[in-house]
Amino acid sequence: MALLEVKDLKVRVEEREILHGLTLTVNEGEVHAIMGPNGSGKSTLSHVIAGKPGYEVTDGQILFKGEDLLEMEPNERAAKGVFLAFQYPVEIPGVATMNFLRTALNAQRKARGEDEYSTPDFLKKVREVSKSLNIPQDMLKRGVNVGFSGGEKKRNEVLQMALFEPSLCILDEMDSGLDIDALRIAADGVNALRSPGRAMVVITHYQRLLNYIVPDVVHVMSKGRVVKSGGKDLALELEASGYAQFEDAA
Amino acid sequence: MNVAVAKTGKGRAVSDLFTSAEGRLPGSPAVTAVRREAFETYERLGLPHRRIEEWKYTDLRALVGEVLPLAASPDAAALKRAADAVKVHAIDGARKLVLVDGVFAADLSDVKALVAEAGFKTLREALDKDAGLLQTASLDAVIALNAAMATDGVVLSIADGAKLSAPIQIIHIATAGSVSAFTRSQIVIGKGARATIVETFVAADAKAYQVNDAVLVSVGDDADVAHIRLMDDAPDAVNITSHFVTIGANVKYNFFNMTTGAAVSRLQGFITLAGEGSELSANGVNLLQKTEHGDTTLVVDHAVPNCVSREIFRAVIDDRGHSVFQGRIIVRPDAQKTDGKMMTRALLLSDEAEADNKPELEIFADDVSCGHGATAGALDDNLLFYLKARGLPEKQAQALLIQAFVGEAIEQIADEPLREHVIGIAERWLERRS
Repeated sequence: MALLEVKDLKVRVEEREILHGLTLTVNEGEVHAIMGPNGSGKSTLSHVIAGKPGYEVTDGQILFKGEDLLEMEPNERAAKGVFLAFQYPVEIPGVATMNFLRTALNAQRKARGEDEYSTPDFLKKVREVSKSLNIPQDMLKRGVNVGFSGGEKKRNEVLQMALFEPSLCILDEMDSGLDIDALRIAADGVNALRSPGRAMVVITHYQRLLNYIVPDVVHVMSKGRVVKSGGKDLALELEASGYAQFEDAA
Repeated sequence: MNVAVAKTGKGRAVSDLFTSAEGRLPGSPAVTAVRREAFETYERLGLPHRRIEEWKYTDLRALVGEVLPLAASPDAAALKRAADAVKVHAIDGARKLVLVDGVFAADLSDVKALVAEAGFKTLREALDKDAGLLQTASLDAVIALNAAMATDGVVLSIADGAKLSAPIQIIHIATAGSVSAFTRSQIVIGKGARATIVETFVAADAKAYQVNDAVLVSVGDDADVAHIRLMDDAPDAVNITSHFVTIGANVKYNFFNMTTGAAVSRLQGFITLAGEGSELSANGVNLLQKTEHGDTTLVVDHAVPNCVSREIFRAVIDDRGHSVFQGRIIVRPDAQKTDGKMMTRALLLSDEAEADNKPELEIFADDVSCGHGATAGALDDNLLFYLKARGLPEKQAQALLIQAFVGEAIEQIADEPLREHVIGIAERWLERRS
């Protein structure tokens, strides 16, 4: 079943059109990779799906489980099951990570009409997941991402994914700024979350990440459109031949 | 009693204010003479206005206009309302001293315990012997008016070496509208003593009243004091409070003020470090909305060498609120090795919100380390989006960031239950905006 349907999406930022009619369908259980050169519009797509302000959608639509995502506030999208793992997770001094996690989780549950998590259940779950991601407990007491290394920030994003249990995860350049060990830990965390009911969109510039998170479908973006789609071998092909061939095609 | 005010013009309530109240103002003939002189000073100066430098941002003639007549002594119904308010605002485990419309309410207070532990008397009792309670080093118009009109207050004398385990909470409750309450308190803390003083200002169904409070604090050598003031008066009230604090040697004095109420308010604190080796931490938070005007003015006077002062101030301003922070650090010629720092930050939640920060350093010694910083800005859109993308609705995301913003000042309160009490008041302020 189609989880995410992006249809002929056109997006402007300050008078400049970045996406020129992008179409993409992601089904439940699938992992899609979106690759492309810098400036092709990959991050714009992820921001528009999550609802970041500053983007003007001039045409097209985004459906999530058949509902119009563009009509929803970012928090409503989150409660429906959309999760964006940020390329650059922000630091929030003064907001303890644990307090943030609990507040966010309960806000989502409340929006869905579910009961709030009990404290022992919540703590148990956080402890389990953070252990598997090699996140020390004292990190959870600090301000959100404050003083975290690049790897720790990304692991904190994966921790949130595991806690919130979204049905669509968009990973925006998860590999940027990570060394190989940090990348492996984060990727293992992501792989553990693959499930038949959950889809993932992995946005990356490099093929390297796809050695760890192996996609079902690979899309190539160039100049604001998907210019080619294929299986996981397409990523290897790109690694060998580069993006230049698509710059002209687009 | 006829308490009608014949007003002759802005800033000049006629002497009816004084003469009509005189029969109710406690004190010996000597005290009455001091009061009369103070009132003459007030009449000569009138309410402070923008041409007086210290009051440039808080023009009481424009903002307040007139001083309302003295509140009547609370009747049984007023005391009942006050008793209900005490239940809501009392801090668990604290010893209470309650002033209702400027009059001490013994039945609502822990008199017996505080007579024993803190040498408690009312101002009314103390004035029989000591006219000096009405005299202070600085005498601006509002302080002079307070000296003339003070009906009551609490006088504490904490013995040398006393370690008070329970906080002392002075609760000011307004039950009557369109009147003024004038209170004055004195707190003397003995050498080596440890005490926590909390002052709370609230309304019990009262509107459009005025509070003029003065607190004289003297801290003996080696004492350890936490002093917390929580002003949550009615949204259309006026609260003008003056603090005079003199600190001895090797003292730890931790002051915190939070403004969450009143249409017009000013806390002016004059703190003198008069003994070497002392550490002053003076912090504050203004939370303002609608058209509220909140002024925190702190003058820290390093009169002797080798003291440390730290000031952290945060203002959060919504709607057309106006926050003022004036922080002056004076370092006297002898006060070498002074270490004084002041940091003030304002968070503007609307385009019409206003913050005025006026840091001033007056340094007359040459071997000191002093500095100040000031910032003003809006909530960071990137942080807001991150929180919203994690499921927090706009208001809740803002609330979390606002709490974090004021947190740095609130964290300076060392006692955890008190800190939680203060956070609770801030949270209720956040719930009121929407």
